[in-house]
Amino acid sequence: MTQQMTTVRTCPECEDEVQIRDSARLNEIVECAGCRSELEIVALSPVVLVLAPEVEEDWGE
Amino acid sequence: MIRVAVIGAAGYIGGELLRLLITHPKVEVVGAVSSRFPGKRVDGVHPNLRSFTDLLFCAPEDLEECDVVFLATPHRAAMTQIDHWNDRAKLVIDLTGDFRLDDTEVYEQYYGTEHAAPHLLDDFVPGIPELYRDDLRGADLISVPGCMAVAGVLALYPLVERDLVDSSAQFDARTGSSGSGATAGEGNLHAERSGAMRVFAPTGHRHEAEISRHLGIPAAMTATGVEAVRGVQTICHAELQPGVDTSEVRRAFREQYRDEPFVRLVAQQRGTFRYPEPKILVGSNFCDVGYAVDEEAGRLSTIAALDNLMKGGAGNAIQCLNVRMGWPESLGLSFPGLHPV
Repeated sequence: MTQQMTTVRTCPECEDEVQIRDSARLNEIVECAGCRSELEIVALSPVVLVLAPEVEEDWGE
Repeated sequence: MIRVAVIGAAGYIGGELLRLLITHPKVEVVGAVSSRFPGKRVDGVHPNLRSFTDLLFCAPEDLEECDVVFLATPHRAAMTQIDHWNDRAKLVIDLTGDFRLDDTEVYEQYYGTEHAAPHLLDDFVPGIPELYRDDLRGADLISVPGCMAVAGVLALYPLVERDLVDSSAQFDARTGSSGSGATAGEGNLHAERSGAMRVFAPTGHRHEAEISRHLGIPAAMTATGVEAVRGVQTICHAELQPGVDTSEVRRAFREQYRDEPFVRLVAQQRGTFRYPEPKILVGSNFCDVGYAVDEEAGRLSTIAALDNLMKGGAGNAIQCLNVRMGWPESLGLSFPGLHPV
């Protein structure tokens, strides 16, 4: 079995380590195992993570 | 295999000890002492143990020598019978309140009676592996702390240890009904207990003194009985030292508990179980701890949750046994809890 290559980054929310697969894509959303924040990959070389925008409620008004 | 016995084996803590010890790979249970049920089958009182054991309860005087005794007797019985049990086994692990405090005056203040064996208070090592692991490795007398005390201590210890909080703290503890034991009483009637949020100790609960002892700061604790059979949740409120921020608090918890097999940091941004919740810890030996910081006000809330019969009692005792014997600390304690439950 081939092992997935990963890059380790720091969660911008809780500073825990976040594993990013080398096959990850730009704008992909990953989850921090420490604080469960959703993080967006905003750059790939090198990988940069930011807190993903909250999905806001839209009541159509 | 080592030979162990449980004294006070018919109670809830006694039953939990038997559940863990009967399935422990390095232990043989040779005695289940009960003064109420001698000669009766253990699985008659603890029906979850059906098909796991044919053991019968025995009378206190009939217990043969063994390697370890666990004392799960009512408070005060342990300190008056300690010599008897220590004659039966070299290693005594006491789960009563009798040897949890190391100061006779504080003991008398909280328990309202004189201590019957004050000369032994300093000989008992507190059964909190997270704080006293090295001492436990050589201990022959171990005193397992109260359930709400374990939660309170683990909730604040990393911050006290690093001098990140002010010199006092308040603890708001909630507990399930099994914490009050297997003896029937008027207050335990279903009609009285069901749905209640009973503040049974607004001040002066005995576990308050234990928290103060282990943290080394004055602690004030309230205790409330809630609608659950198992579970303790202790919320601690404290003032942060000036300049301490969320990041420093988080780092303290991470560093302190990184290698602990039974303490998990739970402070999440999303999900239903964002903070420690006893419901999902039923039957497991974990203590989940979390925190929230109000940086503007300089205030901190920490939260700890556990199963009072496990990390708050029998599970913690088995963890102490594992440490004492040099066995893997999680041996016999790998159950992860239930969800949903």
